[in-house]
Amino acid sequence: MEIKTTPLKRCMLLEVAGRIDSSTAPQLSDIFNEITEGGEFHIVFNMSKVEFISSAGLWVMVTAQKKCKRFNRGEVYLAEVPKRIYEALDLAGFIPYYKVYDSAAEAVGSF
Amino acid sequence: MPLAVFPANFKNLEKIREFYARAARSAGLDEDAVYDIQMAVDEAAANIIDHAYGGENRGVIECSYEIIEKGIRIVLHDHGKAFDPDLIAPPDVSSDPCSRKPRGLGLYFMQKLMDNVRFSFNGDGGNILTMEKYKENSC
Repeated sequence: MEIKTTPLKRCMLLEVAGRIDSSTAPQLSDIFNEITEGGEFHIVFNMSKVEFISSAGLWVMVTAQKKCKRFNRGEVYLAEVPKRIYEALDLAGFIPYYKVYDSAAEAVGSF
Repeated sequence: MPLAVFPANFKNLEKIREFYARAARSAGLDEDAVYDIQMAVDEAAANIIDHAYGGENRGVIECSYEIIEKGIRIVLHDHGKAFDPDLIAPPDVSSDPCSRKPRGLGLYFMQKLMDNVRFSFNGDGGNILTMEKYKENSC
């Protein structure tokens, strides 16, 4: 799994390539924590290169969303979500808790 | 019945998913079904590590399969603590995930993504999880 973060004017752009499972989910959790500990709670998660996500990865996303939305200080937006990843989020009942955008540019522009 | 034995740790989840992806393709299942199987076996193996063994590297996961007329039958065998699926409350997927306990989703995924899921506990023999996935045109 590869992780790239790009600080932008109004948010942090997070891109992950590869597979998020119980082995790699802790790395994703660490990155979300780094971002929020740095005081940024507006995050665009570009998922276009995520090939696989298990429930372990989905819970990391929920924890990050919970932390960002606290005190109305921000939110995690999802962008470019591949079909199978979307289906996993949907099956878990998580889709209503995220704004999902077709492109990362659109998501970034929404903050 | 082809068999592969993996030390029960999270690094091997990818190998377990790949083992079953190859098996599912050889059984003639389409890529959507192959992905469903990868999700189900990942959740199953992660549950074995977390709950049957109570942590990583405390045993092995014996992975086998059988190509059946309708698709594929997958068997995961561990030697950990007995697992009773009836004791796991199904997640309320309509509730706010931020207030949910991060539990129960793995078993729910397995049951949703596979056509048949059965658990049995064999005394000293450990847990045997059997899951079947059928080709789209068979039922």
